[in-house]
Amino acid sequence: MVSAGIDCGAKTVKVVILKDGRVVGKSLVLAGIDTKASVNQAFDEALGKAGLTENDVGNIVAIGAGKNEATFAKSAITEVAAASRGAIYLNPDVRTVIDVGAEEGRAIKVDESGRVVDFAINEKCAAGAGAFTEAMARALEVKIEEMGPLSLQSTQVVPMNAQCAVFAESELVTLVHSKIPKPDMARAIHDAIADRIVSMVRRVGIEKEIMLIGGVAHNVGFVSSLNRGLKAEVIVPEDPEYVGALGAALAGTGKPR
Amino acid sequence: MSKEFWRWIESRWTSPEKDWRDGKTITAGVDVGSVSSQAVIMVDGELYAYSNMRTGSDSPNSAINAINWAMEETGLTLDKIHYTVGTGYGRVNVPFAQKAITEIACHARGANFMYGPTVRTVLDMGGQDCKAIRCDDKGKVVNFLMNDKCAAGTGRGMEVFADLLGVSINDIGELSLKVAEEPPPVSSTCVVFAKSEASGLLRQGWPKDKVLAAYSSAMAHRIYTLLERIGVEKDFAITGGIAKNIGVVSRLEKELGIKALTPKYDTQIAGGVGAALFAKAIIEREKKK
Repeated sequence: MVSAGIDCGAKTVKVVILKDGRVVGKSLVLAGIDTKASVNQAFDEALGKAGLTENDVGNIVAIGAGKNEATFAKSAITEVAAASRGAIYLNPDVRTVIDVGAEEGRAIKVDESGRVVDFAINEKCAAGAGAFTEAMARALEVKIEEMGPLSLQSTQVVPMNAQCAVFAESELVTLVHSKIPKPDMARAIHDAIADRIVSMVRRVGIEKEIMLIGGVAHNVGFVSSLNRGLKAEVIVPEDPEYVGALGAALAGTGKPR
Repeated sequence: MSKEFWRWIESRWTSPEKDWRDGKTITAGVDVGSVSSQAVIMVDGELYAYSNMRTGSDSPNSAINAINWAMEETGLTLDKIHYTVGTGYGRVNVPFAQKAITEIACHARGANFMYGPTVRTVLDMGGQDCKAIRCDDKGKVVNFLMNDKCAAGTGRGMEVFADLLGVSINDIGELSLKVAEEPPPVSSTCVVFAKSEASGLLRQGWPKDKVLAAYSSAMAHRIYTLLERIGVEKDFAITGGIAKNIGVVSRLEKELGIKALTPKYDTQIAGGVGAALFAKAIIEREKKK
């Protein structure tokens, strides 16, 4: 049995191909202007890596903001369901899933069977999503992938007053003028976004084990700030940005959790 | 450096009829906002001079620059001003002020002077915040609500769009009204997301005026929800920089079903006017003692 999960996120499209319960192919493509073309490209790439063709795939499940662009998908489920399904598959002890993507953040509480008990979502405000760090990296003139390691070098805590990404950008300019070292500013940025995520997680309740998924999980600075805020160590799986697509592909197998 | 589309027009004014030398009480109100600073000088409770300029990187200098520009060519000097009240985001950083009063109180008081005692609701649309204020016939605050956490519905959000579209902030209002048919509002609340959404619309071939119309109506709606929560009682006045954006104001009026009073003065000086009036009241109280 072969199934595929397609996650059409705000920034990237992720595809995971499952064969007999094992991941045999995956691909990530920038969503870009033409999401439909990106979806097709990611799907073809993942199939290529798996050595399969479209005809071999029994079921295709789509999730994400742009899921309607995956016109060939057979069904769609919610991102929350997919994230919890994927997380539980990777670690059955997980009870809290935190998913931070480019434009959305989610906190999900799951039970032993992987069923969603409660969840909270921020999709309205960049301050609790990857877009915040991106905007701040631009303002600091630091590459986004360098933000994490940079913030780990911080030696002092600098508070940021602004919550809004637009206002935080102006505040950063003020911090730059007052000669605050870049690592401390990077740490302040990650503390700020982590604060927002922690308050969202508190709404559903913090229960171990906690897994962090989504592209922002690659940012070691954010993970460190989040751990401090939660007073717990989150589990970051390998390829955290693929967990949603993995969960979608698992749902496509039709098997119970 | 590319062109700075966010730059708005600074201004100053001196009364053609009055001379400060004839006055008994000279007071000043200095409103140091996050984006703009105003210094208002009043002689015996009447408007004598004002300046309206951009806030620099530090508040004390912005306050000094504003008052110096207001006093320019009048022969008036700081030591001749009997009392100064500071207000706004940087109100505690006005080095020559004797007292700081919140901008909520000052805007209500200033609007009462500028628009008359019939004003019951003041909407102050500033650079980094938006306030809905209910007041009585004396300009005293009865209740207020403000958003200072989120750029949506503030001048800063509109500046982001001016830069994105390459349209001067001064022309945005008129341009947004050029559309033959009103497009649906931009669906994102967050300015960061609205900007991505607008980029998408431009790529789809939307002209600038249509994108601006979509953002202006989203912004008007955002402000409408703030006003709805506090309730709008007539007369209704709008102060602050966005009051000059006809595209946002007219859409807001339409949604409210209420027309705002027509301003006689620069809408950005309301906080400074209120502060100068408070300064006068303080002086008079001290004299009675």
